[in-house]
Amino acid sequence: MQTKDINENIAWAKINKDVLRSMENPRMGYWVALAACVAMIACAVVAEIYQYQVGMGPANLNWPHMWDLYIATFVFWIGMSHSGTLLSAILHIIQADWRKPIYRFAEAMTLFSLMTAGLFPIIHLGRVWNMYWVLPYVSDRGIWPNFRSPLVWDAFAITTYMTSSALFLFIGMIPDLAICRDNARGWRQKLYTVLSLGWQGDDRQWRNFRRIYLMMACFLIPLAVSVHSIVSADFAMSIMPGWHITSFPPYFVAGALYSGCAAIITLFIILRYFFRFDEYMTIPILEKTCKLTFAIAMVWSYLTLIEFASVWYGHDAVAKEALVERFVGPYSPFFWLMLFCGIIVPFALAFEKLRRHLPTMFVVSLLLNLGMWLERWMIVTPTLAMSYYPFAWDIMWPSMVQWAIVFGSFGWFGLLFLIFVKVFPSVSMYEVKEMVFHRRHYHSEEIATKLHRREGDPQPGDGPSTEGVRS
Amino acid sequence: MKRYYVMGLFSNFEEAFATIHDIREHTIPGVSVDDVTLKSPIEHPEIEEILGDRGSPIPKFSLYGAIFGAIFGFLFLASAQATFLVQPQGGKPVIALPSNIVLSYEMMILFGVLSTVVGFMISARLMTKRHPLYSEKVSLDQVGVMLELDEKNVNPVKELFKKHKVVEIREEVSQ
Repeated sequence: MQTKDINENIAWAKINKDVLRSMENPRMGYWVALAACVAMIACAVVAEIYQYQVGMGPANLNWPHMWDLYIATFVFWIGMSHSGTLLSAILHIIQADWRKPIYRFAEAMTLFSLMTAGLFPIIHLGRVWNMYWVLPYVSDRGIWPNFRSPLVWDAFAITTYMTSSALFLFIGMIPDLAICRDNARGWRQKLYTVLSLGWQGDDRQWRNFRRIYLMMACFLIPLAVSVHSIVSADFAMSIMPGWHITSFPPYFVAGALYSGCAAIITLFIILRYFFRFDEYMTIPILEKTCKLTFAIAMVWSYLTLIEFASVWYGHDAVAKEALVERFVGPYSPFFWLMLFCGIIVPFALAFEKLRRHLPTMFVVSLLLNLGMWLERWMIVTPTLAMSYYPFAWDIMWPSMVQWAIVFGSFGWFGLLFLIFVKVFPSVSMYEVKEMVFHRRHYHSEEIATKLHRREGDPQPGDGPSTEGVRS
Repeated sequence: MKRYYVMGLFSNFEEAFATIHDIREHTIPGVSVDDVTLKSPIEHPEIEEILGDRGSPIPKFSLYGAIFGAIFGFLFLASAQATFLVQPQGGKPVIALPSNIVLSYEMMILFGVLSTVVGFMISARLMTKRHPLYSEKVSLDQVGVMLELDEKNVNPVKELFKKHKVVEIREEVSQ
């Protein structure tokens, strides 16, 4: 049974070779997944064109259901974005080195989730050409957005988060881009030469690199928390029953971390298969991610139950009625499914045998994210269906147009992600080298001594280095 | 005056550090540890003990960027809100502190991050031409020790490299 996060005897040169090879030679499944993503996007594009031409009617978006799946899915994608950068930053600060083989794709997931999320407020506007009205630009009519509105806060927070996450991802990739530059040919070499910014790996660059990475991690942790708190403010700052709840900000942040962690598990298993990363994305690292997900699932479960309890004991008749309606009303099957996926299914993560079984974990991670998506839908739609005035009560089911666009958003995310992992190294080569180096030196002195003081150590003028080669 | 650059490539950090240690002990007169540039595939955790604390100005960039972002953010919002002074506000303040605090916070982080990145570009001397002695082996698995020297010190440094099992020596002369 594999017990080590990584085999400390992997040669540094092999790490470069394996990761660089992954960018050239994925399994067939990669191309199938890519084609599936393109097909999903095509569905969404057709639906969007139809909605654009005919209006919001075919989407079934009409008063009182102005938001529905579009905004629920927007919140879902914002949530999905949280684990990548936030967990990477936290684990970096606490020096949890098992993050090193998996943080790169998790950070990329953050960026692409945000890019997907950003589409939904634009799509749901209907008049997509007016989306720039939310931006604080100097208008010749002297008109500014309403800065008191949480929707404008969203625009600021998400823009800041996307910019910062993209920079965090890029900065962390610079030493690897230099490795790619040194090994690539053709258009790839030109691309990596530009992007690696002349990195040479000297002590000045490493020293400053370490500082910037730490500083950015420190900025990103409060930023990530603020972003999803602000998204929760879209709901909590209103007086709508079921939304005006004090615990919404931490509830949203926990839900975001939860869905993000589940997505990391899904992508971990997919990448491990597509790129044959068995030596880097190891079962012990998956286990650690699963344990973290389980802990966050329990926090989310607690906050969910607290939300019910606070509404129940609050004795606000309308809010109470909206809560009861979630349990027994027309949306109740989805509500119960959400509770099952969000609270019961994560207990599978508590069992070691299941955690080490990749197909089970793949299914579990998908179910967890189904639960998280349903959670967002169950926040948005039931409240709009049953707010203060009985004459505004209305049960609405999303149309095919909405479903197609939501479905296509997964294809859009998948396409961006798959292109990224093909063009850029999805495993951080220099950090895996660091991980191997540290473990070799601090966890296995005997091996280190053998490696560095063995017979046949390189002599002046000898061939290439044998650093890290198994003795 | 001609300046000589000599780089030794070592197969591990131990030999490279032993070389730098000898330079620190002034085994070659006129060559000090300040002349050393270490090139490596990773950053060694104990590098500061070998090369000394050379510092980094990045935290200052972060601090000043964040302060600027918070102040600029608040003033930007307040000046935009002030254009509505002539309109009735229904008892609400024109410049609303609760919402402006949220947005100023975001601007503080955005400008802090941007300024940190600019600081990194400048202090790490990125986007400059690579040194002629750059070796691709450094990004693979070897550790380079590079020195800027006078002509008379070139051979003693090469001897020092050889003493510590250097794998390869490269040199470059600049006018």
